[in-house]
Amino acid sequence: MAEPGKIRSALAHCAIDGVVAKSGLDASISEQAFVGKVVLRGNPSDSEFLATVRGALELDLPLAPNTSSETPPVSALWLGPDEWMLICAPGSEAAVVDSLNAALAEGHSTVVDVSDAYTVLRLSGPASRTILAKGCALDLHPRAFAFGDVARTMIAKADVILHQTADETDDGGPVFDVYVARSFADYLWRWFDKIIN
Amino acid sequence: MKRQRFRLPSGGRIDRGDARAFSFNGRRYYGFSGDTLASALLANGVHFVGRSFKYHRPRGVLGSGAEEPNALVQLGAGARTDPNMRATTTELFDGLRAASQNCWPTLRFDIGGINDRLSGLLPAGFYYKTFMQPARLWKLYEKFIRRAAGLGRAPTERDPDRYDQQYAHCDVLVVGAGPAGLAAALAAGRTGARVFVVDEQAEFGGTMLAESGRHIRIRDTSPDAWREDTIAALEDMSDVTVLPRTTAFGYYTHNFIGMLERLTDHLPRAEAGNQARQRLWKLRAKEVVLATGSIERPLVFAENDRPGILLAGAAREFVNRYAVAPGTRAVVFTNNDSAYAAALDMAAAGVAVEAVIDLRTEVEGDLPRLAREAGIPVLQGYAVVATSGRHRVTGVTVMRLNDAGDGVSGTARKLRCDCVAVSGGWNPAVHLFSQSRGKLNFQSEMNIFVPGESVQAARSAGACNGSFSLAECLKEGADAGLAAARVAGFEGADAATLAAIEPADGPQRSLWRVPSERKDARMFVDFQNDVTTKDLDLAVREGYRSIEHVKRYTTTGMGTDQGKTGNVNALAIVAGSLGAEIPAVGVTTFRAPYTPVTFGAIAGRHVGGLFDPVRGTPMHEWHVQCGAKFEDVGQWKRAWYYPREGETMRQAVDREVRAARESVGILDYSTLGKIDIRGPDAAAFLNRVYTNAWTKLGVGRCRYGLMLRDDGMVMDDGVTLRLGENHFLMTTTTGNAASVLSWLEEWLQTEWPELQVYCTSVTEQYATISICGPNARALLGAVAPEMRLGGDVFPHMSMQEGMVAGVAARVLRVSFTGEIGFEINVPARHGRAVWDALIEAGAPHGITSYGTEAMHVLRAEKGFVIAGQESDGTVTPIDLGMDWIVNWTKGDFIGRRSLNRSDTAREDRKQLVGLFTADPQTVLDEGSQIVERVSEAPPMDMIGHVTSSYYSPNLGRSIALAMIRSGRGRLGETLYAPMPDGPIEVTVTSPVFFDPEGTRLNG
Repeated sequence: MAEPGKIRSALAHCAIDGVVAKSGLDASISEQAFVGKVVLRGNPSDSEFLATVRGALELDLPLAPNTSSETPPVSALWLGPDEWMLICAPGSEAAVVDSLNAALAEGHSTVVDVSDAYTVLRLSGPASRTILAKGCALDLHPRAFAFGDVARTMIAKADVILHQTADETDDGGPVFDVYVARSFADYLWRWFDKIIN
Repeated sequence: MKRQRFRLPSGGRIDRGDARAFSFNGRRYYGFSGDTLASALLANGVHFVGRSFKYHRPRGVLGSGAEEPNALVQLGAGARTDPNMRATTTELFDGLRAASQNCWPTLRFDIGGINDRLSGLLPAGFYYKTFMQPARLWKLYEKFIRRAAGLGRAPTERDPDRYDQQYAHCDVLVVGAGPAGLAAALAAGRTGARVFVVDEQAEFGGTMLAESGRHIRIRDTSPDAWREDTIAALEDMSDVTVLPRTTAFGYYTHNFIGMLERLTDHLPRAEAGNQARQRLWKLRAKEVVLATGSIERPLVFAENDRPGILLAGAAREFVNRYAVAPGTRAVVFTNNDSAYAAALDMAAAGVAVEAVIDLRTEVEGDLPRLAREAGIPVLQGYAVVATSGRHRVTGVTVMRLNDAGDGVSGTARKLRCDCVAVSGGWNPAVHLFSQSRGKLNFQSEMNIFVPGESVQAARSAGACNGSFSLAECLKEGADAGLAAARVAGFEGADAATLAAIEPADGPQRSLWRVPSERKDARMFVDFQNDVTTKDLDLAVREGYRSIEHVKRYTTTGMGTDQGKTGNVNALAIVAGSLGAEIPAVGVTTFRAPYTPVTFGAIAGRHVGGLFDPVRGTPMHEWHVQCGAKFEDVGQWKRAWYYPREGETMRQAVDREVRAARESVGILDYSTLGKIDIRGPDAAAFLNRVYTNAWTKLGVGRCRYGLMLRDDGMVMDDGVTLRLGENHFLMTTTTGNAASVLSWLEEWLQTEWPELQVYCTSVTEQYATISICGPNARALLGAVAPEMRLGGDVFPHMSMQEGMVAGVAARVLRVSFTGEIGFEINVPARHGRAVWDALIEAGAPHGITSYGTEAMHVLRAEKGFVIAGQESDGTVTPIDLGMDWIVNWTKGDFIGRRSLNRSDTAREDRKQLVGLFTADPQTVLDEGSQIVERVSEAPPMDMIGHVTSSYYSPNLGRSIALAMIRSGRGRLGETLYAPMPDGPIEVTVTSPVFFDPEGTRLNG
């Protein structure tokens, strides 16, 4: 029998002493394994849909492109005009899926657990923007990309969702959470590792 | 310390306290920090540095910067060697090693120099004319041409250096940090805009660095003081990025600029350490200010290519910036005032200036007046008609010009000299502007091309805009910088105009070819490619009219310098021969890069293990540990087969195939594309994208589907599972996972927005483990004791959810092998643990992991097709013998109409069949062509090709699938696969080789 505890994150094979983390000059990178991720799709101009989600999660979905909203412990990233990714604590994704499915039984929407389809690489420290700019074509100047901003973009040759979760003014900031498909995580990890060192 | 004979005792921007040893062609020399390789060579009296491309003529340093066509050297050695490096832009460092190119055995004694004697036999188009016939000898010619072609040598070893890349964005990019660029950057920076200012040189200042400072002032101070103040101010601005040693080499669409920053090229190896060697910047600018300066053009006169003959501006820069005397006795030859500054500066440095030879009869400017006052002889209305000297110029012959400027008369005077400083005027450096697709205007007063209307958000300022005076440069630069910042959304006050004091210039006289009394004298137009006026004349005589054709025929303006010095002279000469005006002839395209860019910088970090993403499944480590050989499927690494100690591939695959048929095999199927499809119209949507019907599929049941493109050709296939009334899970082939999702989205978004359906990729959410074989059910039962697995409750093509090895799983009973099979899907994090549990539980059955090769054999034995292997974009379901999956009654589906086209409906299309070779041990090559009759030699009428071919251990013989014209009507026919070793005889069979009744599936 498999031990249910023997779960493996996307970067488990990169762990040193059980931790997937690297530090370099003015930046560090770590895997945030098993963060709950749920794709929600629905009609943003349907006020009932928005109200139902608010009722279920106490969260207003962000409607402005490339932004996010948060009501701890859940945050929502805008991925498209009718698509969001809900982020929640490890292990709580099933509860989020269940409560949304129950609330959204009527009407047209979809809720899909993608917690294992992606992992999160957390990049933090003063050099974060420069490190991202080695592989990301977006304008990441604080005037153009700030706390809470979200983008679907590419870093090197990997599709990612980029989410800034702390400012430069914060301790150890700025912080970026990079969502990457599980099978691309190893590539992206080695990419960042090369740059940080 | 070795003496540097031509080093001036004082002045210059070099550090005499920091001597640097270097070697050139194996000899050791010394220079100083601040030198370029060219200035250090000249300081040691070395003018003769290379051999020309075609005639192998001795050549010396012509320029002092990026325009240099002659002084191209091989730098470094071993893995760290670079060909075609311009000595004029190579910063000197301790231990630098350089060597001449295009000469053998030595620079001074060069066998290839024979080409010069044979030059009459090597006219323009020589290769085209000589090596055309006979065609069969081309392979022989090519060897020699390749050996003769090119200049330097590419390194043969792996590049040991690292290269960085960086994206950047700014409001204003200023290219060039001469007076115009510095003024622009300062004006833009003061508004608070994000500014990048880049310059190819180590030091900012552009032409100001070549100034003596004696004749010009800015705002009552020396130009250098202003320069330093401005740089300091820019460096203090937090949103201004100052990049020296950075060449903006390419201007692409939407103000995207490619820039190469050289980080360690100027350092000895030990100091470079672990830094990246170069950085490629990919910059997007809202506004661009081009302040790229100008490039001096040589005069085209008889024998104008000897070492020691250089551009006047370069001579001046060597004297003032590098404190190097370009010779001991100089002659200056010019058609404009600027060269008089060179005469004055050389004279001030102690060089004996024999005379200034001026093509003009009237010479009125400030600088000529100062030269006369300094006692420099000026010969007005004279021309240099010949030069002498083999490895170094030793003298010039001058004669009086006639009034028209097309002939010379009177007595020839010989002047002895070891240096000739030449100026034919200045060409604005419009390369980047032209790359941006901006059109050039011809300005006839100075015979220059200047930027016309901008096509992109760019403006030109200073010399690159045809404004050569310092005052104009400063004003245009400041205006352009401020205007650019304002357009980018920033506010700034107009700055006061900077006062500049400088000499006033008189008009110039353009004589595109300086007459000589010797009609056979060679006059070089393009030094790098050895193009003379005669070559251009020949091209015109032979009927070439377009300047682009003349360029290709004569090679003028090609090569690494792209005609920086020669182009305007060349097209003016062609215009003269054609009797046309210069603007009517036009200019050739300015191509990126402005100066060469290393492949390393372009590759950046995308090398080695980071060349392309390598995607692994949640069980990837297991496959690695078990010694799997991997196959690339897109970016995925899929286990191909698992050889045991001493096994060949064939033995391993045979073993894996047998195990799957005889006991139980296990396959990692996680790479299959998976798409969650949900919405009230989900079933209707599937009806439209698949050829078969989906409405009546029960919840918890699976169905195989075939997807066509709108042209009726097979695109993808897979099993789709109904999870709920409005909820499906589609699988796609591994390679098409992303493109099928895009395809579905395209139809939903553009054609059927009325359908209420959402598609979400869940490919990577699940680890998918496929087990099959007679013992598969027993194995699953061992790890999933709570599941009911009997054929009555868990029939083929159905699904159950339950615990497998302690993990909540979705299990599909499906088969791609013809055996009883189960596909176990668990969240990816559990994949490895469940896999391990199955391997452990399967041990009593001798569970065997099999790879993609065995999977291919197993499915081929059953005649199951693979989309993309049997089909190639020209194959319909009917061609594949899959009429059964096309439902003509359910309504429209993508590709339906196309299946009725006369071509797709015709009888003699290629159809899927099986092939048996006459010798059962012969395995056909996939891709082999099939013919009815074998001829002695091609061509033969090819009626089809082999799509899949394997050895089948279960049948004990080879099997093949093939697409054959009217194949289904040919069962039993004998055909042939013609191969280099002789034709292989084959018999057409059914494509189902094994268990055609499908009894094993339900066994």
